[in-house]
Amino acid sequence: MTTAVTEKKPEGALASTANYLDERLGVGGILKNFGRKVFPDHWSFMLGEVALYSFVILLISGTFLTFFYQPAMTEIIYDGSYVPLKGAQMSIAYASSLDISFEIRGGMLMRQVHHWSALLFVAAAGLHMLRVFFTGAFRKPREINWVVGFMLFILGMAAGFTGYSLPDDLLSGNGLRIIDGMIKGIPVIGTSISSGLFGGEFPGTEIVARLYGLHILLVPALILIFIAIHLFMVVIHKHTHYSGPGRTDENVVGYPLMPVYVAKAGGFFFIVFGVVMLISATFTINPIWNYGPYDPSPVSAGTQPDWYIGWLDGALRLAPSNLDIILFGHTYPFGVLIPLVGSLVFLALVAVYPFIEAWVTADKREHHVLDRPRNAPTRTAIGAAGVTFYGVLWAAASTDLIATFFQLSLNQVLVSMQVILLVGPIVAYIVTKRTCLSLQQKDREIVLHGRETGRIVRLPHGEYIEVHEPLDKYEMYKLVDFKDYRPTIVRPNEKGKITVGTRIRSALSKIYFEDRISPVSQTELSQAQAHDHSPAVTSVGNQEQLTK
Amino acid sequence: MAGKDLERSKEAEGFEHEFESGLAVISQDKISDPGLAPHRVRMTDKSPKHAKNAERQVAVLFLLSVVGSFFALWAYVAFPITEDLSTVRANNLWLGLGMTLSLLGIGIGAVHWAKTLMPDFEVSEARHQTRGSEDVRAAAVEIVKLADQESGFSRRKLIRRTMYGALALFPLPALVVFGDLGPVVGDSLRHTMWKKGTRLTKDPTGIPIKASDVTLGSVFHVIPEGLAEMHEHKLEEKAKAAVLLVRLNQEDLKEDESKKGWSYDGIVAYSKICTHVGCPVALYEQHTHHLLCPCHQSTFDVTEHCKVVFGPASRPLPQLPISVDAEGYLIAQSDFLEPVGPSFWER
Amino acid sequence: MSLRRRLNGSRRSPLAATIVIAAGLLFSGGGFAVATSVVESNVATAYTADQIAEGKKLFLSNCASCHGLNSEGTKAGPSLIGVGAASVDFQVGSGRMPGQGSGPQLPKKTVQFTEAQIELMAAYVASLAPGPAIPDDKYLEATGDAAHGGELFRINCAMCHNAVGAGGALTEGKYAPVLKGVSAKHIYEAMVTGPQNMPVFNDSNLTPTDKQDIITYLAYMDENESAGGYALASLGPVAEGLFIWIFGLGGIIAITVWLAAKSN
Repeated sequence: MTTAVTEKKPEGALASTANYLDERLGVGGILKNFGRKVFPDHWSFMLGEVALYSFVILLISGTFLTFFYQPAMTEIIYDGSYVPLKGAQMSIAYASSLDISFEIRGGMLMRQVHHWSALLFVAAAGLHMLRVFFTGAFRKPREINWVVGFMLFILGMAAGFTGYSLPDDLLSGNGLRIIDGMIKGIPVIGTSISSGLFGGEFPGTEIVARLYGLHILLVPALILIFIAIHLFMVVIHKHTHYSGPGRTDENVVGYPLMPVYVAKAGGFFFIVFGVVMLISATFTINPIWNYGPYDPSPVSAGTQPDWYIGWLDGALRLAPSNLDIILFGHTYPFGVLIPLVGSLVFLALVAVYPFIEAWVTADKREHHVLDRPRNAPTRTAIGAAGVTFYGVLWAAASTDLIATFFQLSLNQVLVSMQVILLVGPIVAYIVTKRTCLSLQQKDREIVLHGRETGRIVRLPHGEYIEVHEPLDKYEMYKLVDFKDYRPTIVRPNEKGKITVGTRIRSALSKIYFEDRISPVSQTELSQAQAHDHSPAVTSVGNQEQLTK
Repeated sequence: MAGKDLERSKEAEGFEHEFESGLAVISQDKISDPGLAPHRVRMTDKSPKHAKNAERQVAVLFLLSVVGSFFALWAYVAFPITEDLSTVRANNLWLGLGMTLSLLGIGIGAVHWAKTLMPDFEVSEARHQTRGSEDVRAAAVEIVKLADQESGFSRRKLIRRTMYGALALFPLPALVVFGDLGPVVGDSLRHTMWKKGTRLTKDPTGIPIKASDVTLGSVFHVIPEGLAEMHEHKLEEKAKAAVLLVRLNQEDLKEDESKKGWSYDGIVAYSKICTHVGCPVALYEQHTHHLLCPCHQSTFDVTEHCKVVFGPASRPLPQLPISVDAEGYLIAQSDFLEPVGPSFWER
Repeated sequence: MSLRRRLNGSRRSPLAATIVIAAGLLFSGGGFAVATSVVESNVATAYTADQIAEGKKLFLSNCASCHGLNSEGTKAGPSLIGVGAASVDFQVGSGRMPGQGSGPQLPKKTVQFTEAQIELMAAYVASLAPGPAIPDDKYLEATGDAAHGGELFRINCAMCHNAVGAGGALTEGKYAPVLKGVSAKHIYEAMVTGPQNMPVFNDSNLTPTDKQDIITYLAYMDENESAGGYALASLGPVAEGLFIWIFGLGGIIAITVWLAAKSN
């Protein structure tokens, strides 16, 4: 005889739904494990969310566009309502993009939402990447997530480029022409790749449809997969948090997922969407009707790609003249190859940076407490140099607009940027590193002696002092809890040899850690307090004395 | 070199494995962690009136969202699109503003609700070391060893090696299948539509140009005769055959001996396709006799066979040898004597 | 033809009238054709001797110091022989002339002469040698084909002036100016005279109707605001990128700071 255990029958709609789902999907377990997961709260942690939500907006608006856009390069005569193009010969792709803009209610809005959101996606992803870099969030166990995120940034650029080339207008068509020119310059296989990509000679009749397939299928699928991996790792590793009282490498301090995060993060999606919608309702973006259909003969002044491709265009502009080298009957166009290879090297350095830093520090512990940028001076300085390099290339893409706007000579602007490209990162590195070290010194001063209040007090024996307000223990902890490293010296290995690797590592560790400011120790703090405690001062005004 | 922090939080009990700390300085003298700061009470926690206000504010925001949604629905119908361009602008604006209000209302409302009314107690959750514990890792190793034993993967060299071979080679047909993406390049980059006797005509009409039409200071944008009427491959041919035609004073032209016969009475014709990466080099400065490409600012000097004087281009623009026919129309003497456009490997 | 007819007094052949009229037509028409085949602009205004004399006075007091007493040109200014009334009307009418100060390019300034004075100076310069004349009003009306004008504009003008006339850079500090708000007459005159480094677009290259179509296109762009909203000066992706970083992402970050801050 068996006694079956019967559960209570659920009552009410919500309860029965929950029961239904739990019996089939085990949602109860999911809710138990994840419902109160803790997420730290800081505005700088929301940049990745902005990118994620922008991507969702891209999917929604993009789906709308796929119902109206036609990726065909067959030529037709335009017969829509835009007067300056009536009777013009253009591809069906261009004509359908014009129809979306001018014939379909909400079409212009959705096109603009899509494009503005694309710009925002890459911008937010880039800024998020910078936040992760400058706070050291890429350290163990998150090195792989850094690479995944890097891939997302590249895929974002790819999605944008393939996307804005779809309307087959003059501006994006010239962009494709430039890409074709660069590809043709690649040694050995360049002309074959160009022929394969365009289905023959440029421009051909294939490229728009091929980019369309990449843009709506392959690239978004890859982005989705990488986002899933990216977020999955955030769940396993849990989010990092800034240093502060109660925050260690073994815990995470913040608010529970339900209800606070659901409300804040969920609400934030609507806010991001609302901001994009506001911009799209009021500001024109990519007015393809102004540029006209693509034709290899006309071109507009101010031909630039979308901002996230700008750094590559700038690199092309800054290359010096007459750099073709002809060897054994073959042409090596270094004017094109140097920017191409240079950009790939830059990207590669960005992708592998966590591994370089991990190798130098040999610190194999898990890191969940973030660095304030000032507390990692060399890393921050390297980042500043990298940002300067990227920024100069980005600015170099608009040399002609800079020249007209500021009434300068185009040629002088370009030459200046060539110089700044080489000198700027070095200057940025030096200035940033020194600034970080100074800020660390300042923090030490504040910890040891408190904040300057600006109140001047005259003591009975005639001495003037400025009253310092000591920090409370919570504020103080934020300033003293950071990782300190020292450089290593060269040591022979077990075989008694000093390898090249060891030498390099030692040299790098010196660059990284020779100039360093250590956190204030308890002994130093006690000494400073003893020093500052003069009987006269104690009796002045209402000061909270920090007692041990 | 592993060190131990003197004080470790109680959560550290989940962290059994000690990792090497490398170059890190483990201080024995750290200022101690004071623990989570005490919770600061919000007005909405203390005062029911403030809480009620906050609730009303959230409700108003959600209601504004409803208003926005209805407004957007109405605007979609109330601002139809006609032939007049300004109706597009109006539809875009009002539909968009309605949707903006409907979205921001929800977003700001939800955030305001969380900030003012939901508990803002900071909570600490223990992490676990990402690395598995020794038992878990040992069990995993056992499973892998068992799988290896049962499959014989390590033992059976023949299977293993032939498997590698098969897996390495199977993707190759999948790559080869893309071979027909485009035709073999062949000679296409070396030839354009221009031939001996082809008339120079205006872009886009195809009207032929007389030498007497080209006055000092003019620039004509040129296509070969026959291009304007083409239906197939029009843009592909134009992308190689587009030409710029200008007239200089004969004494201003510093011509090579070998190319002296390529101009006609001070009129010269050059390929419009930039030798950098292929944009149309369309800007002509009448007095400086410079051709400027707007994409990357390569600058070419027309007086000296369009050699590069600034910018990233690396070769002069190819010159089209021209002459006139019996009726005075400009014609090409032949095709370009070198490939037009950007440099490539086989050049 | 019989001897009787001839003796009747009429010494002229019956065909004489026809021949004379035909010859007259050939001469005047052919002469006209020859005169205008010097590829300049169409209608040549007839100026009176008084106008030319007054114009010469203005020229001598305001222009001769740079352009020479006989308009032959000096180091400071080019010869004006053959530049035509259109050049004067454009340069002086847009304030570029009198050219004061040095630099890579003469900018537009406040116009320093009245319409009447400009006409006199134009009359004088036109009298020096045949050159482009001030265009006939019928080519200045925005009633042409805007679509054809747009196509021509993109091929011949957009590379310097931008696809919608928002201006662009040339080398060494020179620039192609913004075309918004420029009068149809000045646009026509600039095309036909090729001021400074702008090339000359004679009537064989762009016929008067072509030029009118271009004017129509530019007028359309001037009058019709962008259908997508504010146009950010039609400067393209650079302006859009700056906007999204400063106002888009900047605004959103401001919101995140509010979002993550503790409520009081």
